[in-house]
Amino acid sequence: MIFNMNVLKNIELIRKDFPILSTKVNGNQLIYLDNAATSQTPNCVIESISDYYKNLNSNIHRGVHKLSQLATEKYEESRKKFKKHFNARSTSEIIFTPGTTHSINLISNGFIKFLKKDDEIIVSQLEHHSNIVPWQMLCEKTGAIMKVIPMNEKGELDLNVFATLLNDKTKVVFVNHVSNALGTVNPIDIIIEKSHNAGAAVLIDGAQAAPHFEIDVKKLNVDFYVCSAHKLCGPTGVGILYGKKEWLEKLPPYQGGGEMIDQVSFEKSTYADLPNKFEAGTPNISGVIASGIGLDYINKIGLTNIKEYEDYLLDYATSKLKEIDGIKIYGESKTKVSVISFNIGEIHPYDIGSVIDNLGIAVRTGHHCAQPIMDYFDIPGTIRISFSFYNTIEEINILIDALKKASKMLS
Amino acid sequence: MKISNIQNEIVEEFDIFDTWMDKYEYLIELGKSVPKISDQNKSEDNIIKGCQSKVWLHAEKEDGLIKFYADSDAIITKGIISLLIRTFSNQNPTDIINANTDFIDKIGLRQHLSANRANGLNNMIKKIKYYAIAFSKLN
Repeated sequence: MIFNMNVLKNIELIRKDFPILSTKVNGNQLIYLDNAATSQTPNCVIESISDYYKNLNSNIHRGVHKLSQLATEKYEESRKKFKKHFNARSTSEIIFTPGTTHSINLISNGFIKFLKKDDEIIVSQLEHHSNIVPWQMLCEKTGAIMKVIPMNEKGELDLNVFATLLNDKTKVVFVNHVSNALGTVNPIDIIIEKSHNAGAAVLIDGAQAAPHFEIDVKKLNVDFYVCSAHKLCGPTGVGILYGKKEWLEKLPPYQGGGEMIDQVSFEKSTYADLPNKFEAGTPNISGVIASGIGLDYINKIGLTNIKEYEDYLLDYATSKLKEIDGIKIYGESKTKVSVISFNIGEIHPYDIGSVIDNLGIAVRTGHHCAQPIMDYFDIPGTIRISFSFYNTIEEINILIDALKKASKMLS
Repeated sequence: MKISNIQNEIVEEFDIFDTWMDKYEYLIELGKSVPKISDQNKSEDNIIKGCQSKVWLHAEKEDGLIKFYADSDAIITKGIISLLIRTFSNQNPTDIINANTDFIDKIGLRQHLSANRANGLNNMIKKIKYYAIAFSKLN
């Protein structure tokens, strides 16, 4: 595969921006291959958090004093960055939450207002538990019925079955853009179009997509798109919720409190306009500001370059893994991000994970909060490796040797 | 042998190994030698919660002593189980209840396990002690 060699030349420079990448684990150089769980944090983001508490710390939106104004400006600047990045129509369509799970709960909870008994909602078999459980809770509260888009052996959704699930009772469809467990990129453009034709709203969980490629919510015509800053080189505790203005206006507020009100009296309170209606209380100000810095960092490298380089790592790692005796890769869709789930023979993924952790290699083992996928393959879990733009071919080579060693020890 | 003596023996055995890779290899060997648990005892009731791999623990009382039988689908976990069985099986309930379990810290196992796995290990010990308490009450 040919890709922009400049990216490769810059990898060593890029790695220097991430202090954690020079950490030693059990005496070995850390090899961090758990980027789907969280990305590492560049110096500029770490410094932004420190700078905030050194120079800016104050509460936003309500102070007349200088610090409060400066902090508010920085906070709202972050909103502008995410608005531009995802191509939203306006900043009022970007809500900051504590994370993707929180965002999904915010929306599913709001849909109580729109659902009645025997209405239908559609999920996919590829979902993370956080995009299943909040909706199950919604079904329990409203009497709505949840239907499931099945997947095939390759970890791809069956769109023919999806078409048969849609009908005039379908109110909302929620699917991830990219599967966290298998790396499959789902054809969300088709899912959105078909759902809209049936009159259903669509929520896309983009937590695993946003770090890997460009997303244009206007072009996708999606109703809700959610992701987390900590997978985008930002800090933990910040979620980005895009919602079409007309939907966000219709949805009731999720939490009551300060910041989200217009007028309050003991008889009745009225709510603030978007986006404040959904940002009750003091938000994670330093986190939101630092998330904007993390996004800047990613955009400086460029998602096109990132995708090209990560695809290269994915192809290389996949071909190398296939040389290991007894390996079975789960999720072999043609459209994938740099996530590989696999098992070796009958060895428990947890055993492999433990042995290679001793060698300084960080991978994920288990069901990856996606038990329906594990049930489909009838396995307790997998080993999952997931690459970011700062990983290298050398790291993959070390991983392959470590896996061979672990496999020999455990067989 | 008394529980504390068995524990000292285990600590000494682990001291021989310089690296954690070697200690893991030893645990894997131990895991392979755990006696099989009968299928009927591999029941849902006997599963220990909080372990990332599946762990079954069954206990029986014979001549005043408790015998533990356990299994796991992960071999390193089985190795850890084998240490617990060696320590606590064939002991009387009171000794099990009073036993201290710092040998696990002494061999560095707890520090070396992921938080999830350490939690699973704690749950295994808890369940062993619960069995001992339950059997002591049956007297």
